[in-house]
Amino acid sequence: MSGLPPYATFTQKLWHYAFRVICGIVFFFLIAPIIVIVPLSFNAQDFFTFTPEMLALDPDGYSFKHYNDFFTNPDWQQAMWNSVRIAPMATLLSVSFGTLAAIGLSQPHVPFRRALMAILISPMIVPLIISAAGMYFFYSRVGLQGSYWGVVLAHAALGIPFVIITVTATLVGFDRSLTRAAANLGANPVTTFAKVQMPLILPGVISGGLFAFITSFDEVVVVLFVGSAGQKTLPWQMFTGLREQISPTILAVATILVTISAILLATIEILRRRSERLRGMSPG
Amino acid sequence: MTAIDPPVLTADGTPLKASLRRALRREKARAFLLVSPLLFFVLLTFIAPIADMLFRSVENGIVHDTIPRTVQALRNWDPGESEVPGDDVFEAFYTDMVFAVERKSHTRLGSRLNYERTGLASLFRKSGRRVGKFDTKDYADAFNTLDPAWGNPATWDVLAGSEAANLPRTASAYATWLEVIQADGDDPLGEEPWDVLYAALFSDLMQAPAGGFASPLLNDAQSAAARFEPISLREQFGAIDEDWLDPQVWRTIQTYAARYTPGYFLNSVDLKLTADGVQYRDEGDRIYVLLFGRTLYMSLVITISCILLGYPVAFLLANLPLRTANLLMILVLLPFWTSLLVRTSSWKVLLQQQGVINDILVALRFVDDASRLVLINNQTGTIIAMTHILLPFMILPLYSVMKTIPPAYVRAAKSLGATDWTAFWRIYFPNSVPGIGAGSVLVFILAIGYYITPELVGGTRGVFISNRIAYHISSSLNWGLAAALGTILLFAVLMLYWTYDKIVGIDNVKLGG
Repeated sequence: MSGLPPYATFTQKLWHYAFRVICGIVFFFLIAPIIVIVPLSFNAQDFFTFTPEMLALDPDGYSFKHYNDFFTNPDWQQAMWNSVRIAPMATLLSVSFGTLAAIGLSQPHVPFRRALMAILISPMIVPLIISAAGMYFFYSRVGLQGSYWGVVLAHAALGIPFVIITVTATLVGFDRSLTRAAANLGANPVTTFAKVQMPLILPGVISGGLFAFITSFDEVVVVLFVGSAGQKTLPWQMFTGLREQISPTILAVATILVTISAILLATIEILRRRSERLRGMSPG
Repeated sequence: MTAIDPPVLTADGTPLKASLRRALRREKARAFLLVSPLLFFVLLTFIAPIADMLFRSVENGIVHDTIPRTVQALRNWDPGESEVPGDDVFEAFYTDMVFAVERKSHTRLGSRLNYERTGLASLFRKSGRRVGKFDTKDYADAFNTLDPAWGNPATWDVLAGSEAANLPRTASAYATWLEVIQADGDDPLGEEPWDVLYAALFSDLMQAPAGGFASPLLNDAQSAAARFEPISLREQFGAIDEDWLDPQVWRTIQTYAARYTPGYFLNSVDLKLTADGVQYRDEGDRIYVLLFGRTLYMSLVITISCILLGYPVAFLLANLPLRTANLLMILVLLPFWTSLLVRTSSWKVLLQQQGVINDILVALRFVDDASRLVLINNQTGTIIAMTHILLPFMILPLYSVMKTIPPAYVRAAKSLGATDWTAFWRIYFPNSVPGIGAGSVLVFILAIGYYITPELVGGTRGVFISNRIAYHISSSLNWGLAAALGTILLFAVLMLYWTYDKIVGIDNVKLGG
């Protein structure tokens, strides 16, 4: 695939380039909608399309007014603040419970392993609207509906499968003789965990945590039902904005979020490679 | 060699087998202990809510809890009759309604029954306002003229205890009355007995054997009551609204009196429970089968679009040198990591009639400025946006399967004389089918339960069943129906998930390539 052999026929050449064009179009389809909102968010007008000034690359066609609006509008600021308060707490809960359980699940003898795994992964499988409905019914029964902790617990539950999956994946390559060696040298289980096991699985734990964080940070369906106006998060505010009066400020917020995702993605990629290198699964 | 080998012993003298078994048991216990905090957490925050939803889809205690006496009395009524139920039902209903109005629960019951028969909500609301002003006041006056002791709640308290066997209605009405008064924080002894108690007493006295009471007060009242002008509660209710004289209303109440009902599930598939059994809903009300069908159809279209777009890309990525592939992979992973709301908003912006896509098409003269394409708020919008959103979920599993196909297979086929197409179709493609299967099930599962994107770009014709669930939770407040629709969707997804587990295995779910 990488190169055409010199003896390729005309049809083969034609197909080779046609195929690349097709793939290019699909890549364009994937990335264009995300890229296109970046210049649009600097629009000096309240339009959702490129103005003639923008196309002429006239500096007057661009402005920071939508960003300015985002940073001064109390609704957006409150939403931002709520997101920042909810997501880290939910992440903390999912990571601490999830890592512990992933270590348990990676032991050689676990009773009911399949059933346990199915239960713990289920929040990822069940459609969000169903989780949201169930949580809305149940949390209003126990008085958690519309409270900060209600949203945090719900988001923590949704983030758990990601932590379990990434951490167990890291533990698959974990050499158990390392812990035995540590014990042999006189380390107690806590020291062994802190000094030997944890540093090795840390990349997995962090990327699981990032998954859990982005799950909570981007989540809108569950918070829409479990939260009340006091827990209005950034995605919720975007959702309302999109449904009622769509304002170009949304594009500014979207651009900021795309930047955050790009940073998170880069972090996860670096961590994954580091983890593979540490476990000797890939060279360099 | 001896007949029985002596058991192998460990250093401390226990048999090796027992010692090993103990060690294994301890290891299992430790593993379970590590998992248990999370298990407990998930059971509490996630599994319990799902169980609650399943329970709500059949639960129907409201009718029984709000009008228990009526439910009891209606048991003896044959719904096949064309006549409305007898006086005993109306008497029971009067008692229930008075207390329900006091507890403000009659409107909730009205809205519950309104799902099954339109008009009942307003009927209950209207009756709630009038039920306290019935002519049963005449009974109260008559009894009090007879003996002022009837105006004292203490009299009732004694009689409801000692004569309960002969005064069943009075005793039960008095007990509820006490509850209602005490719930308000008032002292029952300082209250005047309500008309509803006198009505219950009158009815009891009429039906008890003459002179059969231990208390002379009751015997006197019984002989006097025979001369009272009887008040027909049926007419009183009929005066509020003629609907109370319609047997259909009573049939609905009787049908939905049970604590658990399949009614919500029947409603979810456009059927309804009636006194004559299960029937189709009216033509105009049949929307759920259509909606389920549309959800399945659109999820299928989205899945197929994802296969068509994702397969070439995954093929390219799997066959390029690692460095280039990793670079191109970013183009797949960035959308995967970008907020769903961001992607949905960008589609909303792009697909508008004054949006970028229409502008480009007009600029290129593909479409006329006057006839810009309607790409949003319909099925097209939902399909385009969701294909984009779910495409990475197709590419990633496809890529990981294609990565494992040894390139030697295709080379071998070609060296044996296969053309490019034959080598691909007969060798490469069959090897990549597990990837298609895994990706399709994943995309289909995700698509079938989507809510946000259809809600924002789907308009009215591009929405899924999940939008209807959300509508019933937050707007129509028909939680039972929302729970039933959710349960059906949940089981559909679990079935698919089970298939996915068979194809790929839960443990092999990979994230981010």
